[in-house]
Amino acid sequence: MSFLPVLLWTDILIFLLLTVIVAAVMYIRRRPHLSAPWKSVMMRKRGMISVMILSCYVVIGLLDSMHYRPALESTENTQETYYSSEVLSVFDWLVLPLKQQMEKTYSAPFSDRLFVKEIQTMNDGSIKYDYPKLKYGAAHLAQVDDKAADIYQTVLKASLLSLLLLFLIYICHVVAASRCKLAQFPHQFKRIALNQSQYPLYTFYFTAFCLLFVVVNLIFLSQNYHVFGTDKVGQDVLYQSLKSVRTGLVIGTLTTLVMLPMAIMLGIAAGYFRGWIDDVIQYIYTTLNSIPGVLLIAAAVLILQVYVNNHPENFKTIAERADIRLLFLCIILGMTSWTGLCRILRAETLKLREAEYVMASRALGAGSFSILHKHILPNLMHLVLIAVVLDFSGLVLAEAVLSYVGVGVDPSMISWGNMINSARLEMAREPVVWWSLTAAFISMFVLVLAANLFADVVRDAFDPRMQEAR
Amino acid sequence: MSSLLEVTGLRTWFGHDSDPYKAVDGVDFCIEKGQTFALLGESGCGKSMTALSLLRLNPYPASHIVSGEVRLAGEEILSLSEAEMEKIRGRRVAMIFQEPQSSLNPVLTVGQQIAEVFHWHFTLDKKAIYTRTLELLHSVGIPDPIERINAYPHQLSGGMKQRVMIAMALAGEPELLIADEPTTALDVTIQAQILDLLKDIQQKTGMAILLITHDLGVVAQMADHVAVMYAGQIVESASREQFFNNTLHPYTRKLFEAIPSEQKREEKLTVIKGSVPPLNRQFTACRFAERCELAWQYCQEAEPRWINNNDHGVRCHLYDPDVDAEHIKSQKQVSSSRLSEVIPANNAILQVSQLKVHFPIKKGLFQRTVGAVKAVDDITLDLRSAETLALVGESGCGKTTVGKGILQLVPVTSGNVVFQGQKLNRLSIRALRSVRASMQIIFQDPFASMNPRMTINNVIKEGMLTSKIKDSAAQEAKVDELLTRVGLRADIKHRYPHEFSGGQRQRICIARALAAEPEVIICDEPTSALDVSVQAQILNLLRDIQHEFGLSFLFITHNISVVDYLAHRVAVMYLGRIVEQGTREEVLNSPKHPYTQALLAAVPKIAAETHLSKQKLQGELPSPANPPKGCHFHQRCPHVMPVCLEQYPDTTLLSPTHNVKCFLFEENYGSTNTN
Repeated sequence: MSFLPVLLWTDILIFLLLTVIVAAVMYIRRRPHLSAPWKSVMMRKRGMISVMILSCYVVIGLLDSMHYRPALESTENTQETYYSSEVLSVFDWLVLPLKQQMEKTYSAPFSDRLFVKEIQTMNDGSIKYDYPKLKYGAAHLAQVDDKAADIYQTVLKASLLSLLLLFLIYICHVVAASRCKLAQFPHQFKRIALNQSQYPLYTFYFTAFCLLFVVVNLIFLSQNYHVFGTDKVGQDVLYQSLKSVRTGLVIGTLTTLVMLPMAIMLGIAAGYFRGWIDDVIQYIYTTLNSIPGVLLIAAAVLILQVYVNNHPENFKTIAERADIRLLFLCIILGMTSWTGLCRILRAETLKLREAEYVMASRALGAGSFSILHKHILPNLMHLVLIAVVLDFSGLVLAEAVLSYVGVGVDPSMISWGNMINSARLEMAREPVVWWSLTAAFISMFVLVLAANLFADVVRDAFDPRMQEAR
Repeated sequence: MSSLLEVTGLRTWFGHDSDPYKAVDGVDFCIEKGQTFALLGESGCGKSMTALSLLRLNPYPASHIVSGEVRLAGEEILSLSEAEMEKIRGRRVAMIFQEPQSSLNPVLTVGQQIAEVFHWHFTLDKKAIYTRTLELLHSVGIPDPIERINAYPHQLSGGMKQRVMIAMALAGEPELLIADEPTTALDVTIQAQILDLLKDIQQKTGMAILLITHDLGVVAQMADHVAVMYAGQIVESASREQFFNNTLHPYTRKLFEAIPSEQKREEKLTVIKGSVPPLNRQFTACRFAERCELAWQYCQEAEPRWINNNDHGVRCHLYDPDVDAEHIKSQKQVSSSRLSEVIPANNAILQVSQLKVHFPIKKGLFQRTVGAVKAVDDITLDLRSAETLALVGESGCGKTTVGKGILQLVPVTSGNVVFQGQKLNRLSIRALRSVRASMQIIFQDPFASMNPRMTINNVIKEGMLTSKIKDSAAQEAKVDELLTRVGLRADIKHRYPHEFSGGQRQRICIARALAAEPEVIICDEPTSALDVSVQAQILNLLRDIQHEFGLSFLFITHNISVVDYLAHRVAVMYLGRIVEQGTREEVLNSPKHPYTQALLAAVPKIAAETHLSKQKLQGELPSPANPPKGCHFHQRCPHVMPVCLEQYPDTTLLSPTHNVKCFLFEENYGSTNTN
């Protein structure tokens, strides 16, 4: 075998989460009252846009979560194959040139020269102190002056291709629609073109075009240029910001996964059973809330670091070491952030347990467990969902801050926080190295903005009060 | 003399122009100076929206006034600017709402809120405002105005808050007061006080009142002129005398017939079939035609025009001289199906003795119990097979807690609930579960009593939790059967509760209760959230199933006319105790306890000819956490004696079935001053 699949802890959890989500989608599809709010999410323009952008991020994150170790080319004729100690992902494999085209050090976006002067020996033997040419960036050009024209041509080509792809999507859409709706093909053709749907189709196609345009352009341009420049060790910044997507998503989703069972169970238990159980749970979360979160996180991460350093035999690769730290960060973030949701759920349960249908159910002889799972939990799920979606963007930002402070993810792991952290020293430089920070900022900003818009729409769709207002 | 308020062709529509929801669709009326004009209608017929549109307070941008004219003393006000409008709102036209709780700002004192109105509309100094506020509070009958002026809304009872609302409305010295269901959220005794107050103020100040209500009794008591709204239009308009002596429109007649009363005990109540048509439809026919028994072909074809005859207007083809409707008029007759009386057996199926439910009041760091809210305090009653026992009382008197205490839904402090020979409050949770199915409860709010995330099928199946039917197919069949029994189609069972109207939901709740095959059903105000016509349907259904299954009902209500129609025996509760108990005839026709007398007197009656010197109760229900010493009722009792302040009266048997707790009837204290 030419590669060895590697399952990191966070990969397992991510795919577990994916299975749960897929199962939930299957479940919801058959229930009109559950699928109605989701449909209304997609019917809003903002909802449509944010879902499409988020799914791009999710695809990158998922591709980046399938890890393997490539086989080393055997130098001696041994039977055994050795695998590289470097763990790669499918995403790495897809953007291999991006990963491999390392320059010496900093270079600006679309530049053809390094950012620092070097003493170089010219062809004629003379020694010159100047910015050297890049190994890969714009290396295909014979004349540096052709750069603008070349970029212009590439963008044009990419735009045409993305238009073509958009048209392909449209055809697929028409075919799919005429298949399942049993309507005539030309009719569907017209229907979609004239936006005769309950969903905002124009918005869909506009967003699809924008996304295709960006993606295709990035693919084309990054073949020959460093679109976002390179960092201190010459690594492509575009590659870094794409790799950071997974870290951000992992923090944003797994943390809630860790926090949810605790928040739900304790919140419901406190609200439903009242009495001493309520007192104990309230006491726990009030106490936990009064400990500064950063302190707790810093302490936990340092303890883990000591453990990892003392037990190197447990971790085969650097990636595994970094991964365990990421997982631990998720857990500790989850431990410190469940209190808010728990409090909301407790309050809602207090209200629900007095609801007349719960009374009626008790009068019919239902037990506590059946009431909890049939009446209380389903009526809390919209709150859980809203909390999860709202927390997501906060957690992505928290990762950046924590990594910046130095208690976040492992320094060897590419993340937006680490990118910002390493770029901060260069901000004082003259001329300033701005691209690392900008790239991290843009990719994080788009994700968080999309997540926030999505959270907004989800809250509108699931909040019972908003439903009445509409 | 020109009218104070003249409304012509008012239309307020919701939503887009392509598919408008016509909440108010062409309303005309006028109100004279000093007149009380009642706008009567069931929920969702557009009466509140009409009132809001008059002041341009209709929800914006959800709705807009499409056309119409509103003239206040000759001045057209719909075209005024918002700034000019502000000078009219609260100053010339004031408004009070249904919920006094949510109409007052909880963080401002009563005095501040009234003073605010003075600030807006008058230029007065602080001292003048203070004295005016005191005067106002005094004039709306608030005791100790000097103290109450600094009180916050939560420190006042519902009735007091409504009085404060009225004071605020009066502060601007308006020419017209719009009262949107001002007493619906209040108890009958408080309602009577508030209505009296409104009349009183009207006599003093000469302002006109636009009274919006659904209660024919209130209309009879208050109105000079009545207009009935249906589906966004006024269908009948007349002076009170004309209205009550000679109702014309079939809808109005049905409304009268749907009201339960003693005279209708023998028969089923008249119901109006169907429901109000969706208002986003394009109307080309009479809006009531589908539900009208007198409708004929022509009603489906043309919209009736407004026919005015001696100031008695009606919107119906029957009265249109240009339409030949004689053949219909001759046919009409009262058809009522007779219903035989259920004769209750003599054996008690449920015995409650000395039931007490106290809720502890906890205070301080260690949650010490410092007192108790005695919600139910020593109640003894028994329910016989196939009997309806009505439990009557004001809100807060503990009648709902009695129901929950019997079902063991709240912990019982002491006393016994004996059902099928078992003491329910001594049973273990497991043993209790098997008994529970035999006693069911139907709640007041049909919107809250079903889990919104369960299909009707699952809701009803939950009722079969403890039943013997375990087979899935048999359960499905049973669900179908039950749905058909309560008058719904069986194919609705895969839908969700939010798709149904209040009456339909209440039917589903009844089906769920029946699924458990109970012997006793506790009905906790099952019709108080419903309109009169829907109430009639539910009451009919309840009587039918009582016949069919031989059920016993403990009917908890505050609606005396429902009691009169349905009950065999009546128990009157006051502050956690039963003060009078007896057969329906005994309690309702010759009430003995002063509280029962006052309660019955406070009910607004349609035949309001008898304006006798009614005993109006003063004051309000005391707190059950701190009941007054002696007889709980002595502070409000017109016959109070010295002994009443000292001790609580014992039960006096007036007849084998009739007992009362009052010193007036105890031998030692003599019945000297009974009346």
